[in-house]
Amino acid sequence: MSDCGSCAGRPASSVPDVPGGAATPADAPKSVALIGPPNSGKTTLFNRLTGLRQKVANFPGVTVEQHTGVAELPDGRAIDVIDLPGVYSLSPRSEDERVARDVLTGRRPGIPQPGAILLVLDSTNLSRHLMLAAPILALGVPTLIVLNMADDLRSRGGRLDLAALSAQLGAPAALVSARGGEGIGEVLDFLAGAMPKPLPRQLPVLQDVPKCREWAGRMGSAARYRPPIPPKWTRRLDSVFLHPVAGPLVFAVVVVAVFQTIFTAAVPPMNAVRWMFDVSGKWIASALPPSVFRSLLTEGVWSGVGSVVVFLPQVLLLFLFIGILEDSGYLARAALIADRTMARVGLQGKSFIPLLSAYGCAVPAIMAARTIENKRDRTATILIAPFMTCSARLPVYTLIIAAFIPESRLFGVLSTRAAALLSLYILGFLAAVVTARALKSSILKSGRTPFLLEMPSYRWPTAQSLGLRLLDRSKIFLRRAGTVILLVTVILWVMAHLPTEGGRAPAIERSFAGMIGHGIEPVIRPLGFNWKIGIGLITSLAARETIIGTLGAIYGMDPHTHSQGLQSALQHDLTPGGAVALLVFFAFAMQCISTIAVVRRETGGWKWPIFQFTYMGALAYAGAFVAAHLIR
Amino acid sequence: MLQLSGNKSRADGGPATLVDLRRGDAAVLDCIDLPGEDARRLMELGFLPGARITAGRSAPGGDPRVFQVDGSEIALRRETARRLKIRPDNRPVKAARPEKAPRPR
Repeated sequence: MSDCGSCAGRPASSVPDVPGGAATPADAPKSVALIGPPNSGKTTLFNRLTGLRQKVANFPGVTVEQHTGVAELPDGRAIDVIDLPGVYSLSPRSEDERVARDVLTGRRPGIPQPGAILLVLDSTNLSRHLMLAAPILALGVPTLIVLNMADDLRSRGGRLDLAALSAQLGAPAALVSARGGEGIGEVLDFLAGAMPKPLPRQLPVLQDVPKCREWAGRMGSAARYRPPIPPKWTRRLDSVFLHPVAGPLVFAVVVVAVFQTIFTAAVPPMNAVRWMFDVSGKWIASALPPSVFRSLLTEGVWSGVGSVVVFLPQVLLLFLFIGILEDSGYLARAALIADRTMARVGLQGKSFIPLLSAYGCAVPAIMAARTIENKRDRTATILIAPFMTCSARLPVYTLIIAAFIPESRLFGVLSTRAAALLSLYILGFLAAVVTARALKSSILKSGRTPFLLEMPSYRWPTAQSLGLRLLDRSKIFLRRAGTVILLVTVILWVMAHLPTEGGRAPAIERSFAGMIGHGIEPVIRPLGFNWKIGIGLITSLAARETIIGTLGAIYGMDPHTHSQGLQSALQHDLTPGGAVALLVFFAFAMQCISTIAVVRRETGGWKWPIFQFTYMGALAYAGAFVAAHLIR
Repeated sequence: MLQLSGNKSRADGGPATLVDLRRGDAAVLDCIDLPGEDARRLMELGFLPGARITAGRSAPGGDPRVFQVDGSEIALRRETARRLKIRPDNRPVKAARPEKAPRPR
């Protein structure tokens, strides 16, 4: 460890600006890294420092999310802030820890070593959190010890001597409340100031956890740290939320609320978005002269992107829910209650909320799987999420069921159509359960890694943190709608409109899409599907419900079925066996470019999305084949 | 405070583990019978030999259970809690808080 120039030998004070060591802006660090244990309020501080000037991406090559932002210093300069994943130590065992260590030591390619570190610790649990100070200070990078949640510490009767702690650790320290804004000025002053390197201190052997804990305890005693009394409200709320009877009831209410949100509350805003795209599409159409370009723009680009953006309200509502659950601390309790049930299929409590969300849409569900720290459990959750019956399957199910299943009552109560719909939900759920079991007992076996779940104290979620989270997720969602989805819809449109016949679009049968439909007909004939369904299956790769529009277009052009409605057209084309086969195919197949794209992003490569697409496709084919041959 | 009463007369005769604690019981952690890496992870969370652990609430059915250790609350599954051997908390029960002590009239 190098010394500290002119300030060597002086005890670092708790006041950041050490005289004599003033750094000129020329050698001032360009970036600062935030590090701290989970639940230390690190992200709240990051949001405080950067506000809207932040972006989220994955670290290249890994699935660890990288949050970077820009903080403005009091002297007008700007500094890059990088928020590292929450870690308990720097021993590189998990991917998170490896990334954190590599960034801090400058070994992560493409990311320059941060010139300073903000070590964020929960001051209400200081003795244990101080353990992380040992490996961080050992790096020799200028570090400010941010003792977060200072307001909690005080209100619960805890206290500490800041100057003494700072002197003991050889690094400046500040009492901060990232939620309330207290002490943020001191953090900014540190970043704008001289930023002394930590003074050489006796640090414990980093590999020896008991020694580290002992050292942290000594540091705490030297700072006359008095831990706060246990949080009264957390105990009270847990006596309800973890009550043997009331707990599961509250859990059920939360589950129903999430379900209601994605199915009911999201519908009016989704309709509004759809209406906006319809109206603006017509407006664009009327503003342009009829041409191939206009057709591409309105039918291809606009309606294609619109069919995905429609899901944005649902995604946002879901993430608002998850944000409230996670930031308040209830998510950990929900995971605790769900753990036993999820363990039966080899998963864990934290998989529950993502899988529940998948009934709305697999895309936000797969993004929500980030709350699962165990990588194998997370991958398994991502792989089974698309089996849950998402809302895009619903219109397809409704159409086919209405066309083929006569409405009557089963046992006098349940309608046959509702029963058919319910059995499709159950079919998807069973496929998920069986797949999870198979994965978790083979390629994704978790070994004997113990399941550990920290129960954070309950806190009010802040509007800023919720707002920024929603902004993050909408950016990720819209970026995909604007790139992958846009590309695919344009390709599909081109295939349906080329080759031109005398300057006009061909009948769909003679288009490239039609040729492909005819081309795959031998493959899908055993399932009871003809070339028209084949085209529908291809276009539904963009999004499942696209098959309805495609079939509508095909039958609209087909002289035999021209005057018939879509339902009777389907009856004309499909046998009952073929209809059931089509339903089973949709229940199992991964016909969704958005999901494939998000799985690639969240698993950090093409391996899992390819595996998933193949597996689900094979299952869909086999299932449809069996259905087509059982029912005739 | 209730302290592992009946601990010595456990049917299987093995050493007591965290699984034997009922809600509100406290004990001292003796050792962790898990592979090095897993034990380390638990130690980083405060499950250090010699640490005082209090059993808290649990999911319905008693698994997983929350344990209070070193200022935090950590939930462990039964299969993990079983590997954490404990011994009775021999520390004298905290002297009754002065303000609660009955005063002679």
